[in-house]
Amino acid sequence: MKEFHLPDPGEGLVEADIVRWVVAEGDEVKVNDILVEIETSKSIVELPSPWAGRIARLMVDEGATVEVGAPIVLIDDGVAAPAAPQAPTDVTDAPPAQPAEAPAAQPAEAAAATQASAAEPASESEAFLVGYGTKSSSLARRPRKTAGGVGKPIGPVTDQVHDSYAADQPVSRPIDQSTTTGPLSAEASGEPLPRPGKTPKPPSAAKRALAKPPVRRLARDLGLDLDAVIGTGPGGTITSDDVLTAAVLSRGAPEAPTGATSRVPLKGVRREMARTMAESYKVPTATVIMQTDVTASMDLVERLRARREFAGLRVSPLLIFAKAACLAIARNPDINSTLDMAATEIVRNEDVNLGIAAATPRGLLVPNIKHANTMNLLQLAEALHNMVQVAKSGRVSAEDMQGGTFTITNVGVFGVDGGTPILNLGESAIMCLGTIARRPWVIGKGADEQMVIRSVCTLSLTFDHRLVDGELASKFLSDVAAILADPGLAMMF
Amino acid sequence: MSEPAVDDFVQLLTPDGERVQHPDFSFEGSDETIAGYLREMILARRFDSEATALQRKGELGLWPPALGQEAAQVGSASATRLPDYVFPSYREHAIALHLGVDPVEMLSTFRGTAMAPWANDIPGMHVYSFVIGTQTLHAVGYAMGLQRDGLVGNADPDANGAAMVYFGDGATSQGDVNEAFIFAASYTAPVVFFCQNNQWAISEPIALQSKIPLYRRASGFGFPGVRVDGNDVLAVHAVTSWALDRARRGKGPALIEAYTYRMGAHTTSDDPTKYRSNDETEHWRQRDPISRVQTYLQNRGAIDQVWLDAVDAECEELAVRVREGCLTLREPTLEEFFEHTVIDPGEVLLEQRDEYLEYEAGFADHPDADADDETHVQVQEAF
Repeated sequence: MKEFHLPDPGEGLVEADIVRWVVAEGDEVKVNDILVEIETSKSIVELPSPWAGRIARLMVDEGATVEVGAPIVLIDDGVAAPAAPQAPTDVTDAPPAQPAEAPAAQPAEAAAATQASAAEPASESEAFLVGYGTKSSSLARRPRKTAGGVGKPIGPVTDQVHDSYAADQPVSRPIDQSTTTGPLSAEASGEPLPRPGKTPKPPSAAKRALAKPPVRRLARDLGLDLDAVIGTGPGGTITSDDVLTAAVLSRGAPEAPTGATSRVPLKGVRREMARTMAESYKVPTATVIMQTDVTASMDLVERLRARREFAGLRVSPLLIFAKAACLAIARNPDINSTLDMAATEIVRNEDVNLGIAAATPRGLLVPNIKHANTMNLLQLAEALHNMVQVAKSGRVSAEDMQGGTFTITNVGVFGVDGGTPILNLGESAIMCLGTIARRPWVIGKGADEQMVIRSVCTLSLTFDHRLVDGELASKFLSDVAAILADPGLAMMF
Repeated sequence: MSEPAVDDFVQLLTPDGERVQHPDFSFEGSDETIAGYLREMILARRFDSEATALQRKGELGLWPPALGQEAAQVGSASATRLPDYVFPSYREHAIALHLGVDPVEMLSTFRGTAMAPWANDIPGMHVYSFVIGTQTLHAVGYAMGLQRDGLVGNADPDANGAAMVYFGDGATSQGDVNEAFIFAASYTAPVVFFCQNNQWAISEPIALQSKIPLYRRASGFGFPGVRVDGNDVLAVHAVTSWALDRARRGKGPALIEAYTYRMGAHTTSDDPTKYRSNDETEHWRQRDPISRVQTYLQNRGAIDQVWLDAVDAECEELAVRVREGCLTLREPTLEEFFEHTVIDPGEVLLEQRDEYLEYEAGFADHPDADADDETHVQVQEAF
């Protein structure tokens, strides 16, 4: 009993539609008999049988979309150990050419002998070639605009293939079986070459929006239909800016002003955010803001990415900001303190439990890295890496979020220049990172003064003014900025 | 529609299996020789269809079918002999088989288990070139080397050699091919440019690429060009023999345009029904390179059903060997690439190999390392 797994019939395809089963359950097939027609985003192809035997079970229905590598048909090649057909190590099948009439129960010796010779390489091969180009099941292709023959009977394909062109092997779909995207007229490819200076347009240009693959990807990710986007690029091509503009427009367009209001219950993380933010807002805060040149830090990030220790880790500017904050806290410990008004005491925290505000699938969460101040850069990178994974998976635990002493919020990833955040409840300061952008920057003094283009970031620090004053906050932020401008200064801290 | 079929080409055997005369070219071989070509063509077609089926079963990453081009390949390859040197493109399966490449080993490139399995084993044949047209430059360079080794223009014809390079109609639009033409002409290099004009550069018809028949381009570069019926194995052999002989004698390059048709898809990733018409394929189906030879030999009584059955049996044997052999191809380790890249690796490469081995060993304790990386790629910008 053998399972046939959907192969990748193109290069790097991840799925295909089952157009039509050519065989039915119970049919006897020979090696290379056509089993099924499938349609990929590239073509319609027919899949031949690797084995001779009887079709035991069709495992997917016509019209279904199947991932590459998934089993689609079970073929009884007559030697079956029906147990555990899915575990290749358990397969004790005979050679592929074993005729279907072979006795169902073979002598144990013979089975063992054939297992060593034939079954082993076969199962290995499945392990490494079927779906060789695919990485993740989460990747998905765009469905074809004009679906082909799904559901349409195509004709006696087996016959067509058998007498096609003197070979009894499937080479490609028979030409007169074309059911795909509008038939190409003979004239289309025979047109004269375009005159110099004119942009050549394929005959189908009117139907299909012109855009480069990355732009198509962007549109798909944003859920936009490219046909609805107006192209401003050369020859009417759609640029990524066009897509982004269209995305903003489509989002901004209010739903029909019916006057109705919908009510959504406030619960979970969002309710918690509402509660803690309101509570936190009772604390008198102030904010200091500073622009700084982070070019050297960006270079450092590049160098770290190239190092083997950091291979596989996500090294972002946030890592440098986090390290700089820890170092600056060491010089300005009150930033990392808590006010206990009930006891009228300042609670000094030895350790920095560094919180990172994260937009997660569940909403705003602030998990923190425990003892971040005791970590070297690599350990911090690993901790951040792990935190990203946990946060994106939505599995942040209560413990992850408890005991925070200082928080960083990076609104820069959303493209804004900066902000005045609200304290994470119980903490005394929160540092906000704006977007890092290439900006004009004045360097030098006097006659040497000149304007250069640098990577610039706006930092802000919102602090509990009951505990921290403007001087301390400014000193802290200046320290952070100094390290970012010249990471080498970290050695002085 | 591609360029309409033309009659101004060299043809010695019509699609109906009739021998015809040509003023300049003739085929002198015996019926046994012709039967040998027929056998090679049938075996090559069987091999090709089995490899295509293997790809559809998920056993090969890709396969470029040669269906329909058997005569162009067998007819020309059979005109070579050492010290000639053949530079194939990537669809020259019949040529590879003719020159002795093991059919199972040939699959390893397409299964991703080896780069070029026959790199040093097959005398007189270069590896497949997948970069379009680049091999024309290699061939011209090799031909210039033959000149400098004194293997051209000797009184003893057996001492002479030539290079022959295969490319398609699409490749003629490449800069490399045109540069190769110029160098070959300038140096009177002993090279035969063998263009299999199969009418389609993937989905681009040849008529879009050339306003004149391809063989006429040769005159612009200063060497002769001949268009031959690429589905006529006798004519192909005759024209190629002439061009090779000329090159070996030191008379310089020639361009052969073998006018043929790719009956299958460009590769298994391609769907020709999207750009070709049924009529066109049918037109070429009637000009099949194999059936005309079979008809001719049967009419002459040179082969019979017993002969055909024997070849069929041989085909089936080949198919089974290819089908089963493919599954036994060994997956290489990355370490092996350090051994096969250059003859003398030198210190730097050896250091890199050791570094790699150390790196690889680093995963021993972390079986999940790969999986982590994978997850990592999928994690979006969170912060």
